Amino acid sequence: MKQFIAFVKKEFYHIFRDKRTLLILFGMPVVQVILFGFAITNEINEAHIVFLDKSHDVATDKIKDKILSSGYFRLNEKTPRSSADLQEIFREGKVKVAVVFGQNFYKNMLTHQSANIEILADASDPNMATTLTAYVTAIIRQYQAEEQTITGGLIGTEVKMLYNEQLKGVFLFVPGVITVILMLVSAMMTSITITREKELGTMEILMVSPLKPGLIILGKSTPYIALAMINAVTILLLAWTVFEMPIRGSLLLLLAECLLFVITSLSIGILISTITNSQQTALLISLMALMLPTILLSGFIFPINSMPLVLRYVSNIIPARWFIEIVRSIMLKGVGLEVIWTETLVLAGMALLFIVVSIKKFNIRLG
Amino acid sequence: MKIIPFIVQKEFLQIFRNKSMLPIIFVMPFVQLLVLSYAANFEVKNLTLYITDHDYSAASQRLVNKFQGTGYFQLTGLSSGVQAGFEQIEKNEADLILQIPFDFEKNLYSRQPTDLQLIVNAIDGIKAGLANTYSNAIIADFNEEISAELPVTQVMRRAVPIQIESHNWFNTELDYKTFMVPGILVLLVTMIGAFLSSMNIVREKEIGTIEQLNATTIKKHQFIIGKLLPFWLLGLAELTFGLILARLIFDIPFEGSLLLVFGFAAIYMLVVLGIGMFISTVTDTQQQAMFIAWFFLVIFILMSGLFTAIENMPIWAQQITRFNPVAYFVKFMRMVLLKGSTFQDVQYLFGAITLYAIIINVLAILNYRKTSI
Repeated sequence: MKQFIAFVKKEFYHIFRDKRTLLILFGMPVVQVILFGFAITNEINEAHIVFLDKSHDVATDKIKDKILSSGYFRLNEKTPRSSADLQEIFREGKVKVAVVFGQNFYKNMLTHQSANIEILADASDPNMATTLTAYVTAIIRQYQAEEQTITGGLIGTEVKMLYNEQLKGVFLFVPGVITVILMLVSAMMTSITITREKELGTMEILMVSPLKPGLIILGKSTPYIALAMINAVTILLLAWTVFEMPIRGSLLLLLAECLLFVITSLSIGILISTITNSQQTALLISLMALMLPTILLSGFIFPINSMPLVLRYVSNIIPARWFIEIVRSIMLKGVGLEVIWTETLVLAGMALLFIVVSIKKFNIRLG
Repeated sequence: MKIIPFIVQKEFLQIFRNKSMLPIIFVMPFVQLLVLSYAANFEVKNLTLYITDHDYSAASQRLVNKFQGTGYFQLTGLSSGVQAGFEQIEKNEADLILQIPFDFEKNLYSRQPTDLQLIVNAIDGIKAGLANTYSNAIIADFNEEISAELPVTQVMRRAVPIQIESHNWFNTELDYKTFMVPGILVLLVTMIGAFLSSMNIVREKEIGTIEQLNATTIKKHQFIIGKLLPFWLLGLAELTFGLILARLIFDIPFEGSLLLVFGFAAIYMLVVLGIGMFISTVTDTQQQAMFIAWFFLVIFILMSGLFTAIENMPIWAQQITRFNPVAYFVKFMRMVLLKGSTFQDVQYLFGAITLYAIIINVLAILNYRKTSI
């Protein structure tokens, strides 16, 4: 046991000696959470709008006022004089929506002829276009309702947003950030640190020491488990203090699941290190086979349901997909193990599989 | 002047000799382009809907049919109990619940106000917002239909007719891939350029061969140019392949001039390589270089407007994106490829990226001198 502790100590020395990597390891989660929390958002915020008003009367002025005071839009300094100008304005890139009022708008409204409004949206970003069009339409409909003595709308809708009343993007992203960071620390770092011993030849020296091979691997990974858990707690604290993200379920369960995921990732890292011989290859394999799928296919940023069927199947073999589900369920829905036991079991099964395979591979190398 | 071609030749030899790097350089970008284009999709499809119908009337049935008929929603269940719906939301089987109240039909036909309730799983805010928008549009539509059928009363005469017509320009079919692919091309050349160049000089340092190179008669600028030229060519070649794929597979319109695209890319590659070289000069091992490159790339890419619009960021974050070369290129590609913007429209982007190229490369060269003396 004493030898083991000494060995773990040596690993910590290795880690703390490389200040630059350490700085990034601890800086990355902070920067990412803050970026995701503040900057990475799909909420519409002052989209530039222009009006082409062929009537200039009471009604169009009122509608324009209503649109501009909604908080979603901001009048662009360019004023189109004709439909041809619009093409030009859109091409410059700033303006996202244009609203065109037909001629004799107010007069038509009073005489019960159709008063025409055209909404043009820059659909090079399709979601933004859909949302902005919907906003403008809603505002105009509201104006219309106010002008009528009885409202056209007999049916009211009451909307309840569960788990995330203010639709904060950060709630969606925090579980993903935790996942990526844990993966980075436990899988990527472990695979590199073990291959480094191999590359430098110091692995042979460790092998002839009285420590058993299993203990060597365990000793090499212990510091990374600690680092990963510190990172996880940092992210949770940040999310809680800065963004008021709740942990509705049991904190203990959450940390236990984090540990399970760390062990799964570690076992992948160890597996990678048993099949490679140079740091560079280990790094590239981790990057291509682990990090990219984790970011792209796990539902971290892009919803899995919108992917083509093939990719949806592929996402099932990615551990991160299951872990993200678990974290979201515990933190936001406040559910317990009885709901997420399938996901937990899948993760545990994956960990077991990877550990068995790497032990097999590792033994062969020793022989 | 003969020296530079020799260095270039040496670099190419080294690139093609490294068997683990070759697939990374030539296969990965295209796998990435294919996977990303299909995966990077904020388009909200297949929303799952659970309906709790307390009324069970002809009117409520009609509303249910209307929801099903739009193609946005997939019905996962219909009952008169509330509990089942909530359970489905908890298990992620349903995204939202629509509750139709008692006496829905009766109130509707007697012109009494009646309230529908939408309960949305809002963990994914974007999805929840769109689900809400879609539902409200359907309900408004339904409302209009019913109103039209009801007998016209005296009061109703005052109804104000406003016709709204909406058009989506530049991407009439609202295809998300059309929007993403030009940006993903940027991501592709950026990652290759930054990783390769940041690990290049530091590798010579780690192995020790940099000393030998420093001892030759090669001048600094020749060395730098010779080092960067191969990656510059590689980057532009990747862009060419990427554009061909974009045209053939994703049917991306090339509205603007390709000459303009390559002109911009040529300057942009200098920026990316300059950043890589700068990282290379401040690090000692490939591992460090890789980590630092990864760190900055993640920030650059997330803040580039590729995945989320820059206009939606808070002002301070928008200011930061002014220092982000990736943001300039993403914006440029979308403007030129999708909207057919001309040089006049994008000249400020050219100015900014050129300035960036000069600054970063001067910094890298200065830094390189310092460390090698």
